[in-house]
Amino acid sequence: MLSRIAESLFWIGRYVERADDTARLLDVHLQILLEDPWAEEDLACRSLLSVMDRPNPPQDVTVGRTTVLDALAYDRFSPSSIAGALVAARENARRAREVISTELWESLNATWNQLPSHMRPARPHDYFTWVRERAAVVGGIIDATISRDETWAFMVLGRSIERADMTARLLTTRALAGAGGPGWTTLLRSCGAHEAFLRTYKGTASDERAAGFLLLDRLFPRSIVFALNQADACLSALEPVADRAIVDEARRHIGLVRTNLEYRPLIDVLDALPTEMEQVQRACAAASDAVRGRYFPSPTTMTWTGEAL
Amino acid sequence: MADLFDDYPAGIAWDEMLEPGAGPRTAYRQVHAALAQLSAGELRARADALARSYLTQGVTFDFAGEERPFPLDVVPRVVASDEWEHVAPGVAQRVRALEAFLADVYGPQNAVADGVLPRSVIVSSTHYHRAVRGLTPPNGVRVHVSGIDLVRDSLDGWRVLEDNVRVPSGVSYVLSNRRAMAQTFPELFAALRIRPVVDYPRRLLAALMAAAPAGVDDPTVVVLTPGVFNSAYFEHSLLARTMGVELVEGRDLFCAQGRVWMRTTQGRRRVDVIYRRVDDEFLDPVTFRADSLLGSPGLITCARNGTVTLANAVGNGVADDKLVYTYVPDLIRYYLGEEPVLANVDTWRLEEPDALEEVLDRLDELVVKPVDGSGGKGLVVGPAASRAELATLRTRLVDDPRGWIAQPVVQLSTVPTLVEDGLRPRHTDLRPFAVNDGTDVWVLPGGLTRVALPEGRLVVNSSQGGGSKDTWVLGGTPPRRSGATMPQVHPVPVGNAVPIDASPQDIRAHVMQQQQTLERASDEGERTC
Repeated sequence: MLSRIAESLFWIGRYVERADDTARLLDVHLQILLEDPWAEEDLACRSLLSVMDRPNPPQDVTVGRTTVLDALAYDRFSPSSIAGALVAARENARRAREVISTELWESLNATWNQLPSHMRPARPHDYFTWVRERAAVVGGIIDATISRDETWAFMVLGRSIERADMTARLLTTRALAGAGGPGWTTLLRSCGAHEAFLRTYKGTASDERAAGFLLLDRLFPRSIVFALNQADACLSALEPVADRAIVDEARRHIGLVRTNLEYRPLIDVLDALPTEMEQVQRACAAASDAVRGRYFPSPTTMTWTGEAL
Repeated sequence: MADLFDDYPAGIAWDEMLEPGAGPRTAYRQVHAALAQLSAGELRARADALARSYLTQGVTFDFAGEERPFPLDVVPRVVASDEWEHVAPGVAQRVRALEAFLADVYGPQNAVADGVLPRSVIVSSTHYHRAVRGLTPPNGVRVHVSGIDLVRDSLDGWRVLEDNVRVPSGVSYVLSNRRAMAQTFPELFAALRIRPVVDYPRRLLAALMAAAPAGVDDPTVVVLTPGVFNSAYFEHSLLARTMGVELVEGRDLFCAQGRVWMRTTQGRRRVDVIYRRVDDEFLDPVTFRADSLLGSPGLITCARNGTVTLANAVGNGVADDKLVYTYVPDLIRYYLGEEPVLANVDTWRLEEPDALEEVLDRLDELVVKPVDGSGGKGLVVGPAASRAELATLRTRLVDDPRGWIAQPVVQLSTVPTLVEDGLRPRHTDLRPFAVNDGTDVWVLPGGLTRVALPEGRLVVNSSQGGGSKDTWVLGGTPPRRSGATMPQVHPVPVGNAVPIDASPQDIRAHVMQQQQTLERASDEGERTC
């Protein structure tokens, strides 16, 4: 497979997952601002912006939901907002049009076409619902129509790395805002994990268990460990014959951070949650870079020099 | 644009939102202002969004065998903070008194000995079950969940209309109403401090676990439903889902070796606490109705052995018998040594000959209710009844005075409600829910406001075609919170594709192109080597 195509596939996976996760995160963020009469809007919005690596307005400006939505939901020119990610996913699909299935292309293209009519600031919840549904359609089509070859492995690899990264960011918002921030129930809900969690622990929710669920659960598909395992499986499928001594660099980053979470007492991880989650994000970024270096080498910039050789 | 409240008729009954000639009352000021800004079309659009949300969620009520979306009105019912500080303790007080009464009824019956109420009232109640005499629940709680129906008829007039301590339903609508309203009217939630209701399932589960038999460390709690055909099935599944416990039917359970078990893929599993949403009589064919398959044979024996807890306890119906209701203020004084916070609606006990005579004389102006009914069944509103209906009723009262009570027609307060013609006053009541975990009676802020949709109608039960409103209790003390400062964070950049593909510039250009429907400039030149 062409490196350029593989790179597009990888980013289709990442961008669709990013749109999905950001929609979940914002939906719950708004819900808590609405349903909790004591929520401190400015603080909650600032912590969300900083976790998403967005510039924070100066301290004398009150940050509200509008600012957050503009930056993370409706900005079509930034690939780290929902709209921008959907635009970017479609753009990548357009460049890999010949390898992806027609169904996948059409669903991404339809999403892009429908985007303007769904961006209605008066009803953000409807927008988020739509985004999640579109992401589910794309995910379903990927799983149902694509051979489990490199095509699938690159898309799911992108999706898994992005998911681990976003779940880590989500957990950081909890740690950052302290007691004034979103409760664990809220975080679980934003990952679609609340009901799965309740059934696993029979409703005896404690902070420790909720954090443990999102960090370590081996069966829940949005937990960090699950996503990292999936990424590892994809990498292994891409490079099944490993050298006897050398482990692929991307797998090393992923494996290291995963075992660091899995084989330490949960309480230690929780004590330093922002730092630990930063490690996960850095490992995801490093793994992503390693994948890029290994599979998508950029061509050296070439320029046409005309006749003057 | 016509004001939505333009020809709002005032003065039929006490209106919660609008004071005739003086505009909106304090608690409703922001809601009124927000609604008044909306055009009729916009309000209808929001109402449609609410209805759609309910269809999607499957928030339905079974009405005469048909699954219908439960009507939720767009105008919330607002309760001021200080008002709630009066209502909530009143509800909790009532629950404590009813708990004490039930413990007494199925125990020593001191209240009878001390002459607070006649023994005949207890033993003649349809829901008094000798089968559970002497059965003491593990943590003493019988009323794990209660719904105390309140009405108000004037500025200072919250009154208790009836107590529901058997299987009170409706709390699921409180939870789903709130979710749907927050999504439909985000601007109102942003402007008001509305006390949250999401805590209910956690409180309920904690109370159920606290009621587990002694010595069970990690109790298995289940919700027992009669099945999908029950009118409140939506509620049963919602409670099981939000508590993360199994929703079982009678056929999933069996009793063996003195315990209750459920059939699972992993073999049988012990059940410790059953939050049952099945009426007493259908729980156990061994003890009660032999023809019932809704429960499980032997349940009552297991409860008696103390190996399983039934919540709410069997036999609670004696405490919400409408004749016992007339004694509740006395019971509060007797058991708690307190004055009742919330008053009853005036009620005639037809067993008393003078009362019966007076009621028979004034039948056309009173409301007459069967003492063991629920859901508005069998109730007769005098002024609305025909001559023939009243004559039949007269005979029945004379034949069975114990079976009935009579009350004056209470002009339930009205709240503006969206109907065909626009916003119109419709009668409402309020059912606050209380959860007793054995150490504390917790009252859910708000409760289910039911609204009678047909004009002038006073019966608000959902089984009688009623709808509901979200109930907003304002303000309150914020929970203690520490650490409102933001710790240092080192943002990790959100990864993006390398610039050769889908760079922000590319995307910007692309979007511009989409907007202008222009051909994208060929990028072949850039790629040429």
